[in-house]
Amino acid sequence: MSAALLIIFAFAALALGLGLRAAHGKDMNLEQWTVAGRGFGAVFVFLLLAGEIYTTFTFLGGSGWAYGKGGPAYYILCYGSLAFILSYWLLPPIWRYARDHRLISQPHYFRHRYESPLLGGLVALVGVVALIPYMVLQLKGLGIIVSTSSYGTISPHVAIWIGAAIVTAYVMVSGVHGSAWNAVIKDAMILLVVLFLGIYLPLHLYGGYGAMFSAIDEAKPGFLALPERGQSVLWFSSSVLLSALGFYMWPHAFGAVFTARDASVFRKNAVFLPLYQLILLFVFFVGFAAVLKVPGLEGADVDLALFRISIRTFDPWLVGVIGGAGVLTALVPGSLILMSAATLFANDLAAPLMGIANPDRIARLARASVPIWALIAVWFAISGSQTIVALLLMGYAFVTQLFPALIASLLRRNPVSSAGAFAGIAAGVGMVALTTSQHLRLTNLLPFLPSRLDDVNIGIAALVLNVVVLALVSLAQRRLGLGAPSPAGRAAE
Amino acid sequence: MIRWLAAAPFLGMLIGPVFLNRVQPLVMGMPLLLAWLVMWVVLTSAIMALIYAFDPANRADADEGGGA
Repeated sequence: MSAALLIIFAFAALALGLGLRAAHGKDMNLEQWTVAGRGFGAVFVFLLLAGEIYTTFTFLGGSGWAYGKGGPAYYILCYGSLAFILSYWLLPPIWRYARDHRLISQPHYFRHRYESPLLGGLVALVGVVALIPYMVLQLKGLGIIVSTSSYGTISPHVAIWIGAAIVTAYVMVSGVHGSAWNAVIKDAMILLVVLFLGIYLPLHLYGGYGAMFSAIDEAKPGFLALPERGQSVLWFSSSVLLSALGFYMWPHAFGAVFTARDASVFRKNAVFLPLYQLILLFVFFVGFAAVLKVPGLEGADVDLALFRISIRTFDPWLVGVIGGAGVLTALVPGSLILMSAATLFANDLAAPLMGIANPDRIARLARASVPIWALIAVWFAISGSQTIVALLLMGYAFVTQLFPALIASLLRRNPVSSAGAFAGIAAGVGMVALTTSQHLRLTNLLPFLPSRLDDVNIGIAALVLNVVVLALVSLAQRRLGLGAPSPAGRAAE
Repeated sequence: MIRWLAAAPFLGMLIGPVFLNRVQPLVMGMPLLLAWLVMWVVLTSAIMALIYAFDPANRADADEGGGA
């Protein structure tokens, strides 16, 4: 067994051990399992939300995009900052409402706020459909990391099975507590590894950042800016906006909000999270360093850029440490995603349908469903279609459709009815599903628009449709007197 | 009033690239567009720190945590 492999296994074992131990001394009821009894302080919440920034998508995808696409990769650095600004005003009222009504999930929030189990069911369905490709992506990333950094000793499929088993075990036992403890180790590791690589590689291989970027600009003019068409400035701005709005609409990010002890946690985090994001800059540097040194990776292989250049440059033990850090970037977000999918299924789909009210039964159902969700994700990851990244972008476009109805629910007098919210979300999600599955462009739907607008992210276009439908249905309902719009925030109680 | 500063990063990141989509000149060794975006990430933190410091909600919050 090579040094690299030994180190990777040590990290996997550490993750499992910490994850299982996290349940120690706690009565794992539904509220403890999903939202840690709302007892996490600023540091844990910070790391759970920051966990969202450093997933395998950013670790491999961020360097891979810098390597393969150049300028368009910058979007990954931007959307988080804008999302954190929004979070300053968005998250405290959501957290407060959830605490007052003991809510444990995102669909739970919508169901309660709009007094509509139907709407809750739709939100849960959208959430689960968006979460599965996200989980698949983590597992595929895990497979790549382990097989590459073990120098091919372990196949990606074996790595996927082992990783899924570890996550399933500690999610079933410890729930969100396991994710939080592993997030501590993960972030410490990733910080060290990424800073080291992002500083060492450009200096060692090129003699400095300026020299590196000059060399790239000379070899590939325009590569380091945005292209005229395709992933143009218009694509950039609309994708940054879509991802900023969608950031906290992911069910697992929304659920992580509920773990906070008090509302000031979010305001503090909004100050520090943007700076923390700058680590992504060093991920880009690694990808850019690889452009001229390990050329020739194409298609899905661009994701290998970070590991290829590491293997070329470093001893096996150091590759092992990098691989171990990479394994954690898959396991921690993966555990949050699995837990979310299980909670959505048990609390927001099965329980209302089957009339289960007892929290202990819901908790048992949620925990029992964890292996099923893991198996579904493993199946997709191994049967391996090429369209995973397309699915993830679709997932982002899906969850962002929840944004208008959420904002409306925070207004003092909510003008949106539950039917309006339902119709708006359904219309937005429908448009995203139709255009992505049929590979339609915006100008196929609205031929009178100039072709330049094809670069606009389709999720933003769907968001516009969503708001229009939501407004029309709410308005029509009020005009025709078809049942009063739902009371704003249950002010009547 | 100070909270309106929070709109600035949106303008800088969403509208700024229209005018600054260029590689040269390199700023601090980075392509111009990247350096511009990095500057706004740093400014975002600074602006949010200012807003936090002047926000009365952060004084009122003390009773919120212990309450429930």
